[in-house]
Amino acid sequence: MSLWQEFNKGIIKENPLFRLVLGTCPTLAVTTKAINGVAMGFAVIFVLLGSNIVVSLIRKVTPAKVRIPVFVVVIASFVTIVDLFMAGFFFELHKVMGIFIPLIVVNCIILARAEAFASKYSVMGSVFDALGMGVGYMLALIVVGSIRETLGNGTIFGFDLLSRLGYQNFLIMLLPPGAFVVLGLLMGLMNKLTKQTMES
Amino acid sequence: MELLTIFIGAVLVNNFVLARFLGICPFLGQSKNVSMAVGMGMSVIFVMTLASAATILIYGSVLVPLGLEYLVTVTFILVIAALVQLVDIVLQKALPALHRTMGIYLVLITTNCAILGLALLNVVKNYDFTKSLIFGLSAGIGFTLALVIMAGIRERLELADVPKPLRGFPITLVLAGLMSIAFMGFSGLVKL
Repeated sequence: MSLWQEFNKGIIKENPLFRLVLGTCPTLAVTTKAINGVAMGFAVIFVLLGSNIVVSLIRKVTPAKVRIPVFVVVIASFVTIVDLFMAGFFFELHKVMGIFIPLIVVNCIILARAEAFASKYSVMGSVFDALGMGVGYMLALIVVGSIRETLGNGTIFGFDLLSRLGYQNFLIMLLPPGAFVVLGLLMGLMNKLTKQTMES
Repeated sequence: MELLTIFIGAVLVNNFVLARFLGICPFLGQSKNVSMAVGMGMSVIFVMTLASAATILIYGSVLVPLGLEYLVTVTFILVIAALVQLVDIVLQKALPALHRTMGIYLVLITTNCAILGLALLNVVKNYDFTKSLIFGLSAGIGFTLALVIMAGIRERLELADVPKPLRGFPITLVLAGLMSIAFMGFSGLVKL
């Protein structure tokens, strides 16, 4: 598989959010604004990239039996870096995201990629896998965030969009129920467009 | 009184699944039938209570005195992973019958973000040992409540004619949204 394919598969075909249904908790929690999706996306890309590289580098010296705890410590270290970095430079965003930054540790995307990909493939492949998955996740977050922000607040990325047209804000979109419904319907739309189903 | 407030707050008002968005993965994955949901729920209540107590003890007695608060994420995830392993081993030896029903769910719990989220919330909210214990117990009960209700609805959904692209996860999420609206009715029950 070429590097481009490694990158590409994460965007639509194996989109971590819409297709693999990984990382739903932070998605639902932070997407009240589109900009939060960008921030969360970058945080996840950084952690994913870092942990994929390190896991791929140490894959030959890690004993199979303790590999999961080793991966978790690697991931947790990168998450701590992101957490402290955001607390230092983007304090407002860090406050909005709250515990969902440290919770990137248990975001299934990261451990799933470390276990399913980086522990088996070379560093280069793992880098592109991480980038593809990360960008796919970030795009999904931005889509959900944009819809909720537009409908719930009449703005997008903070720009006034609907409210000057006399739009009545649909407040429930910013509340927890809106998150569930928007994500559910978007997932359904993705299935419709790609002609797939998620029946188990 | 304050403990009662914490209890009602975590079970109904700020339900872990429906208002705080913690533990969505098992909520979507393990809610196909009621017996599975009950098994998962019981394991989560048990582990949450234990993990809540263990992490707050370690935070107060090791991390704070040594000034290592920034290691909180790494420490908690390791404590939780070790704890789940320990529970698994003890249960296997002491209560093999219970282990047979709960065992499969225990493995999944380490990556359940509700557990780590709970441990971190204890720190954010500055809860002492007793409050953390109650918070852990009630968060587990809240999770189980949401999970079992969802499983009950999904069992009936098997017979419903759901549009093809919405089958599976999408319709479950929409349902969760409706449940979340219902749970919003509890807001204002306690002042947080």
